[in-house]
Amino acid sequence: MAETTLQEIPVLETFQKCPTGIKGLDEITGGGLPQGRPTLICGGAGCGKTLLAMEFLVRGTTEYDEPGVFISFEEKSEELTKNFASLGFDLNDLVAREKLLLDYVHIERSEIEETGEYDLEGLFIRMGYAIDSIGAKRVAIDTIEALFSGFSNETILRAELRRLFRFLKGKGVTAVITGEQGERTLTRFGLEEYVADCVIFLSHQVVNQIATRRLRIIKYRGSAHGTNEYPFLLDEQGFSVMPISSIGLDHSASSERVSTGIQRLDTMLEGKGYYRGSSILVTGSAGTGKSSLAAHFVDAACRRGERCLYFAFEESRNQIIRNMRSIGLDLGQWVDKGVLEFRNSRPTLYGLEMHLVAMHRAIEEFQPAIVVIDPISNLMSVASEMEVKSMLSRLIDYLKMKEITAFCSALTVGGAAGDRTEEGMSSLMDSWILLQSLEGDGERNRGLYILKSRGMQHSNQVREFCLTDNGAKLQDVYVGPGGVLAGAGRIAQEAREKADALGRSQEIECKQRDLERKKALMEAQIAALRIGFDTEVDELERAISRGKLHREAVARDTLTMGRARAADDTPIPEGNGARNGKGERR
Amino acid sequence: MTGELEMEDEGDVAVTVPERWQLRLYVAGMTPKSLTAFANLRRICDEHLEGKYSIEVIDLMVSPQLAKGDQILAIPTLVRRLPEPVKKIIGDLSDTDRVLVGLDIRPLG
Repeated sequence: MAETTLQEIPVLETFQKCPTGIKGLDEITGGGLPQGRPTLICGGAGCGKTLLAMEFLVRGTTEYDEPGVFISFEEKSEELTKNFASLGFDLNDLVAREKLLLDYVHIERSEIEETGEYDLEGLFIRMGYAIDSIGAKRVAIDTIEALFSGFSNETILRAELRRLFRFLKGKGVTAVITGEQGERTLTRFGLEEYVADCVIFLSHQVVNQIATRRLRIIKYRGSAHGTNEYPFLLDEQGFSVMPISSIGLDHSASSERVSTGIQRLDTMLEGKGYYRGSSILVTGSAGTGKSSLAAHFVDAACRRGERCLYFAFEESRNQIIRNMRSIGLDLGQWVDKGVLEFRNSRPTLYGLEMHLVAMHRAIEEFQPAIVVIDPISNLMSVASEMEVKSMLSRLIDYLKMKEITAFCSALTVGGAAGDRTEEGMSSLMDSWILLQSLEGDGERNRGLYILKSRGMQHSNQVREFCLTDNGAKLQDVYVGPGGVLAGAGRIAQEAREKADALGRSQEIECKQRDLERKKALMEAQIAALRIGFDTEVDELERAISRGKLHREAVARDTLTMGRARAADDTPIPEGNGARNGKGERR
Repeated sequence: MTGELEMEDEGDVAVTVPERWQLRLYVAGMTPKSLTAFANLRRICDEHLEGKYSIEVIDLMVSPQLAKGDQILAIPTLVRRLPEPVKKIIGDLSDTDRVLVGLDIRPLG
């Protein structure tokens, strides 16, 4: 008592909390159970009360060095040890090290005869002795209601219970008391009347043959706490509660981009791909290639060395790897390298909340950069639309907070793959790709549209989504007077266009050759003319030079004759003289 | 006296009843209830089991570790260790008839 008072002094107004060490529970309770006070854990049979109580003690000793006493009215110490060994708790070791004390209180109505006044001082002494012998700070009592079957005088019992809780408070121990759920009350015998500080309710509901465990804090005096029903998981790692309601919308937004793994799809998304940490939804009817799109994304991420976690609700790991090999993607190598991990489970394996819890845990363990959920629509089979939506919003909030890119696929029913998703959760998603069957010419082809992609100028075009041996390819579809053509129709149309084009080019070639020929002809004619001309020029030039020679000869003769006649030495101008000579001669 | 007579009336059971009655009374401090219980026990034993009984009084305040052995919850508790089987009677033993029934000294009714 003195110790508790000392501890409580520094914290004015508020009281201290005793951390449970149980995953998630401390978050919901804002730090743990009220220290030095009793907490009631109630719920139906098999909902995990004993486990919660025991884990509280075990974690107390191992993580906070607070020894604990477990007072059991139901199971013997050996049974408890065996039961908890399967959860990885070595109770024997803790007992041997005096960190834990298991005390089995046996009550057998037939052995007890009540004669007059009594009280339960013996039990108090026993508890007090157990607590003092190992210096326990934590006590679990499972379940005190057994007293009601052992003693018939309820008046005494109720008075003693009230005294018990006072006694525990007086001891300064943080106590956890379990109680079986009553028909209309939290506990069969109304223990909640006595434990006023903190009441935790566990339930195990079966809806559509699927069981989900939930935890709710009904009351926590003097402390704020989460008021929702939180799903929890019991498995080989003990108890985990998911403190995951919508956390808020204040997560950071990365402007980094990640490739979709398909070049042309990147091109449609401003040439860069999705935003990191965004959520991507791919919807489409059966066989439109949703998983292939996911596989491409995963493959590209693994190639960059990023870790991917693939939740598959339809196919087994090996099946996915085999199927993706057919489009030229070897996902097996990434699994071997440890960058890709598959978590396959049937949706009906357990409830939705359980899936969420399991996914959370897997994400915590694996620390991926990318999470694929294929397909989310399968979860619809285990819960109502509202629940799925709430679960997804929590999951996506969580992923966004961790900057994990989420890639979800969803199956749309029937041929009518409209702008509506089953879960109505497109508003949660940042990018939405629609894969649609384009029917025509007696075949179905896949068309890919980007319905939305927040924060980028995405393409508004439809592309044909082809799965080839070398992966998925996007092709332009033929958009013409005949409508949108894909597949064989597109190929036929392309062939027609090719033929047309070929014809046109042949025509052009023909004309071109014509032109060449004409040009050649013309040039030949030009050459012939030139030759004729050259010949004439030649002849004329020869005639001219002959004429000149002749004239000079005449002039020479005239001069010679003149000299011979001893004529005047008067030089006669050559030309005139020649002409005159000529003229004279004539 | 009457006890012996009635035990004989039980036929077979009476024959097997051993001569020695080993009783243990658990108390927690000398509270009025404890004292009443002890006084009542002495009175009943003297009346019905004269000379054939021994009473051991255990004060859990002094030796709390003993509470576990006999699975003591209520105070006061009277444990009949012999003859077997072990019987437990809780309360201040003020209801003599029930004490006798509880100890198998006298059958019910």
